[in-house]
Amino acid sequence: MNERLWNILVSSFPRLLGYGVRVTIPLTVLSFALALVIAVIVALIQYADVRGLRQLCRFYIWIIRGTPLLVQLYLVFYGLPSVGIVLAAFPTAVLVFGFNEGAYMAESVRGALESVSRGQVEAGYCVGMSYIQIMWHIVLPQAFRIAFPALGNSLISMVKGTSLAATITVMEMFRQAQVINGRVYESLGQYSEVALIYLLFCTVLTWLQRWGEKRLNSYGGVK
Amino acid sequence: MMLEVRSLRKSFDGHEILKGIDLTVDKGDVVAILGPSGSGKTTLLRCLNFLERADAGELIFDGESFDLHAAGRADVTRIRKKTAFVFQNYNLFLNKTVLQNVTLGLTAARGMGRAEAGEIAVRALERVGMAGHVDRYPNQLSGGQQQRVAIARGLVSNPEIIYFDEPTSALDPELIGEVLSVMRRLAEEGMTMLVVTHEMEFARNVSSKVLFMDGGSVIESGPSKEFFANPRERRSREFINTILADRK
Repeated sequence: MNERLWNILVSSFPRLLGYGVRVTIPLTVLSFALALVIAVIVALIQYADVRGLRQLCRFYIWIIRGTPLLVQLYLVFYGLPSVGIVLAAFPTAVLVFGFNEGAYMAESVRGALESVSRGQVEAGYCVGMSYIQIMWHIVLPQAFRIAFPALGNSLISMVKGTSLAATITVMEMFRQAQVINGRVYESLGQYSEVALIYLLFCTVLTWLQRWGEKRLNSYGGVK
Repeated sequence: MMLEVRSLRKSFDGHEILKGIDLTVDKGDVVAILGPSGSGKTTLLRCLNFLERADAGELIFDGESFDLHAAGRADVTRIRKKTAFVFQNYNLFLNKTVLQNVTLGLTAARGMGRAEAGEIAVRALERVGMAGHVDRYPNQLSGGQQQRVAIARGLVSNPEIIYFDEPTSALDPELIGEVLSVMRRLAEEGMTMLVVTHEMEFARNVSSKVLFMDGGSVIESGPSKEFFANPRERRSREFINTILADRK
């Protein structure tokens, strides 16, 4: 590697990392929080078989999973203004990432809820508990344990997915890499560097996920 | 008389499983519900605790009458709190320890303090010989141990009757005895029990009454001794002979 490239990469590293920490991470955290809320609500509606709302949830999942994330971003950011709905770039990204990943996570959560045996729910009724009490004490804790790895997966995939926000003018880490590259013309070096920082973020998350899985009570083995 | 059922009917997908069941249980009775598989025994038991909604029928419990089809949520919960249900597959709460499994009905459903519930739970666990395992999780126990914890979970709320749905059918043969002996002791202590079972020894020696079902109807009912010594109906006789022949 020549000295010029090395110097460019060294000087751009703190800059990229700065955008990563100040934009990519908050974007991910906010989007993931939104996705989690959506996922739990959508999963619970389907699990409890709430009439009417259940169809609405299936429709939402169908639309989201059947269309590309990039197209969804464009639709909301470039499309909706023509019907008078104008959102700033960052909130658009949070909304679209949240609703997008929320659909996938809803399926993970629903699967986890359904994997808690029906018999435990019946036993809960038989000791006099209400539906809400059974959900709170029995079903949700076990479902969370089961859904945890899948949710960790979604979080990791979302970190990388936020780079798409560059296409709707959000100045996040990848957009910053593009900007720097526009000046220095070192695509291979510059994009490798930004890839490395994403890898760093995801590696930390992978550790956290493994640590979390160990910490979560495994109820005396098995599962 | 503490429990009476009148003309209980239940169909699944147009197939009639229970064709008008009548049943009377007195305080202290141990009623064995016998019959070939598919005769509707389990469905009968589940309807009594509203785990299945009957299509029609009346339940008289403690002198109060309830509609087995249309009873409201408050009535259902009230009845369930006076009864206990022991499942074939134990259905312990897998995320809770043995102690928590037994206390949850008291703390969550009845608002009792944790300390008091804990004391009552330990006494119930002592009755089934499981007090030494309070901190274990269900997955760390044998089937027989899990079923005994499930019985303690039922006992803890001082039920007026315990429903047992084939409590030993999922157990390895060597584990059946420990569960049956707990049930025998409860019977001797005067607990009212309604037991769907294939254990003929239990039906003959422990239960006071037998209800023999076939094809969704009660074919014969009466004191156990009489039922086994002198079955009145042809189908009862055939059933007893088949079961006893299998055992040899």
